[in-house]
Amino acid sequence: MAGSAHTGDMAPADGAATNGAATNGAAAKRSYGPLAAPTRWLDDRVGLARLARQNMRKGFPEHWSFMLGEIALYSFIVLLLSGVFLSFWFDPSMTEIEYQGSYVPLRGLEMSSAYATTLDLSFEVRGGLLMRQIHHWAANLFLAAMLVHMLRIFFTGAYRRPRETNWLVGLGMLQLGIIEGFAGYSLPDDLLSGTGLRIAEGLMRSIPVVGTYISFFVFGGEFPGNDLIPRLYIVHVLLIPGILLALITLHLLLLVYNKHTQWPGPGRTNTNVVGYPLLPVYMAKAGGFFFVVFGVTALMSALFQINPIWLWGPYNPSEVTAGSQPDWYMGWLEGALRIMPALEFSVFGQTFSMNIFIPGVALMGLLFTILALYPFVEQWVTGDRREHHLLQRPRNAPTRTAFGAAGITAFGLLWMAGGNDIIAIFFGLDVYAITWAMRVLVFVGPVLAFYVTKRVCIGLQRQATETALHGYESGIIVRSPDGGYSERHVPVSPQKAWALTAHDRTEALPEPPSADEHGVRAPKARVDRVRARLSRFWVGDDHHKPTPAEVQEAQHHGDDEHAAVEEDEQFRGISELGVPRRH
Amino acid sequence: MSDDRSTDRGASEVEPAHPEARPVERHGDGEPYPNPGIEPHRPRPTDVDDKADRRVERQVSTLFAVSALLTLGFCVAYFAVDKYSAWAGTNALNLVLGCTLGGALLLIGIGAIQWSKMLMDDHEVVELRHSSGSSAEDQVEALASFEQGAAESGFGRRRMLRGSLLASLGVLGLPAVILLGDLGPLPGNRPRETVWAKGVRVVTDPEGEPLRLSDIQLGQLVNAQPSVLFETDEEGEPLYEGTERLNAKAKASVILVRIDPADLVNTDSVAKGVEGVLCFSKICTHLGCPISLYEQQLRRVLCPCHQSTFDLADGAKVIFGPAARSLPQLDLGVDEQGYLIALGDFDAIVGASFPEMTQD
Repeated sequence: MAGSAHTGDMAPADGAATNGAATNGAAAKRSYGPLAAPTRWLDDRVGLARLARQNMRKGFPEHWSFMLGEIALYSFIVLLLSGVFLSFWFDPSMTEIEYQGSYVPLRGLEMSSAYATTLDLSFEVRGGLLMRQIHHWAANLFLAAMLVHMLRIFFTGAYRRPRETNWLVGLGMLQLGIIEGFAGYSLPDDLLSGTGLRIAEGLMRSIPVVGTYISFFVFGGEFPGNDLIPRLYIVHVLLIPGILLALITLHLLLLVYNKHTQWPGPGRTNTNVVGYPLLPVYMAKAGGFFFVVFGVTALMSALFQINPIWLWGPYNPSEVTAGSQPDWYMGWLEGALRIMPALEFSVFGQTFSMNIFIPGVALMGLLFTILALYPFVEQWVTGDRREHHLLQRPRNAPTRTAFGAAGITAFGLLWMAGGNDIIAIFFGLDVYAITWAMRVLVFVGPVLAFYVTKRVCIGLQRQATETALHGYESGIIVRSPDGGYSERHVPVSPQKAWALTAHDRTEALPEPPSADEHGVRAPKARVDRVRARLSRFWVGDDHHKPTPAEVQEAQHHGDDEHAAVEEDEQFRGISELGVPRRH
Repeated sequence: MSDDRSTDRGASEVEPAHPEARPVERHGDGEPYPNPGIEPHRPRPTDVDDKADRRVERQVSTLFAVSALLTLGFCVAYFAVDKYSAWAGTNALNLVLGCTLGGALLLIGIGAIQWSKMLMDDHEVVELRHSSGSSAEDQVEALASFEQGAAESGFGRRRMLRGSLLASLGVLGLPAVILLGDLGPLPGNRPRETVWAKGVRVVTDPEGEPLRLSDIQLGQLVNAQPSVLFETDEEGEPLYEGTERLNAKAKASVILVRIDPADLVNTDSVAKGVEGVLCFSKICTHLGCPISLYEQQLRRVLCPCHQSTFDLADGAKVIFGPAARSLPQLDLGVDEQGYLIALGDFDAIVGASFPEMTQD
């Protein structure tokens, strides 16, 4: 490799300090253009070459699903850039002033400085509206990309050892992203976001025992007060972005250290990583993709309006718009609030508003607790604590995939419930009937989704075995001398056969004996029995890939009956007329 | 970070290091098919055909050139397009700036990706993975270094020193918490009180006009506020202005509704009204949204945020949705000039519930 050849000749840095001319040696003989001198200057001080040698040609496996995290990263950079621009004009103040700007319908109205400067950003600052819309679209994209990236990690088992730490870091970023997004869209202090803050105040008040105090401390007194927007602002532009930046750095360092996972395939195993080198291919692709993400966000901001705050009007606690909706990532919590029955009680003078606390506060905590624990629970139940660098196709982990499908179903149903009024109007249905249906569906739907998904996965596993053993259907119907009809099967290529079977055979843990041969009960027998039972539930129904013996038998079988179409280098499938296509 | 190319702990690497790790795979069954190895590199048209190579090079350069033109177009538009003009019902400047900037960025991105896919060398590299844990030797040495450092500090041996240090550090947590004490005042009685009091007139929102009984038709719903929000003191300064006024409104907003007394079913509620005119808080008892959807025929109001529904004919009792409490009702009266006034503050807590709600 060109890189290592010349760095190998580099003298140690301390030598360079005493005798620059001699140490430049072989590297100096080559021409590296005008950057050579500054690069060497820097290397003599910070030892760049060592780091560069190790990482410049690092390989990154390719797959479309690996771009999801990149979208999140790039939209975060877009958020930083557009956010800095907005901060030059935005005044995070709740001081009420009279609007005298160019937007006629609101002229003369009392509004907060925050709202007025957001109007100015939209109408007076050239490019301000574009930056506002880029910022909002990028925020929606950021959260969507993080969520879908997390689902990709989940469904392919990429969180397994040694990547559990990075899974937790990612979850932390998703949570912070949700709070950051909520803080951000609350800043303009328009009627819609003010309604959201009023709801947030109610959620704080629902926290048992300390709720009133929390809300008074956050709002600096009663709602809405003078303090909230400036406080949210500093949380939004400094505190959370700072933590997010630190976590992103950690996330990427761990990614580099653990190396990227890869899909199993020919030559791609658990002990190697096959991909394009960072320099040049991956850097060009990833760098180019940043521009694509930024470009698409800018085009969306030019063509699709988002959050036209001048239409909502300034915040006024006695007004609200019908059909008020939060940004999409809060929709599931909104739905939970809507379908929760009125459960409120008082004990010893303390009021517990479970109708608000459970859906509004506890649900998000519950979701993220389950997500954080999942990798460890799975390890405990399956007993699989090995390092995994190969991704699993979702079908090859039916129970996990089924849990994921159940989770998505619950999330989706709650999200729909968050738009029950919109659905009612759009479809001409009774909003109370929809609410009742959702109260039931949110429990029934995930269970159904679990069992359906699990069966589908096992079916797909069987199909993969079938394809590996007997090839695919060629469409050629053959009549045998005694009049029977059968379809010819074409064997798959060795690469395909390998890829179809490059996964583990999962075995349930054995039932532990309740006592040893002397009749002494094992101390942890009950725990082990529960674990064995759980493990049977987890992997007991999985379909296993064929054994070598089964493969041999199938090949034998194919020889007599199907007279399979021979596949060679030139083979390109079967034409509609049943004739093998060749290159 | 260790050297990626080090192979000393190479292929046999992924053996379980965790004591509890147990292999689930039955290796006895073996792999059904042999690993065919990495596919041979297939040349692309640009690898074998000089013409194709030059064509892609021209293609990519064109993308970059058009991008530069769009960026210049962005700069021109910034000065040339009037910021108040509209095209096709949308802000013209936003449209032009966004399309030129977006196009310029997108073309750079597409060009770079095309370059990497078609022209850059596309041989994949293979690296061996290393176990993520450190080697046993590293672990032993790290532990030894730590133990030596710990022993030299005397942290483990000098118990009094250690105890006093930990205690002093622990106490430092207190100022960190106490310093936040002035984030807000203590709630006190504030969440229970509104600006409504005996004699405060009920006036229209947002005009501030006082209301007579005859101003409200049967079945009509009127948004109202306390008159104090529109009054001034002796020096002509408003009693409530700016955020103070918003704070007052956040709890004092009300609705007035006139219902045929024959339809009213709640005697307590009837007693607080005047001739079928009732005054309820407009602030939802669920999460504080203003209740703004009025179903006249059913005499119900519905909160647009979470669909809690209140029956105005039955003391604004909750008949559906997540709200747990009726809307608070204001005791109404009529003053000497015939205008509607409050006879006191609300009979219950306005807005979302809170833990101390039922205490005195």
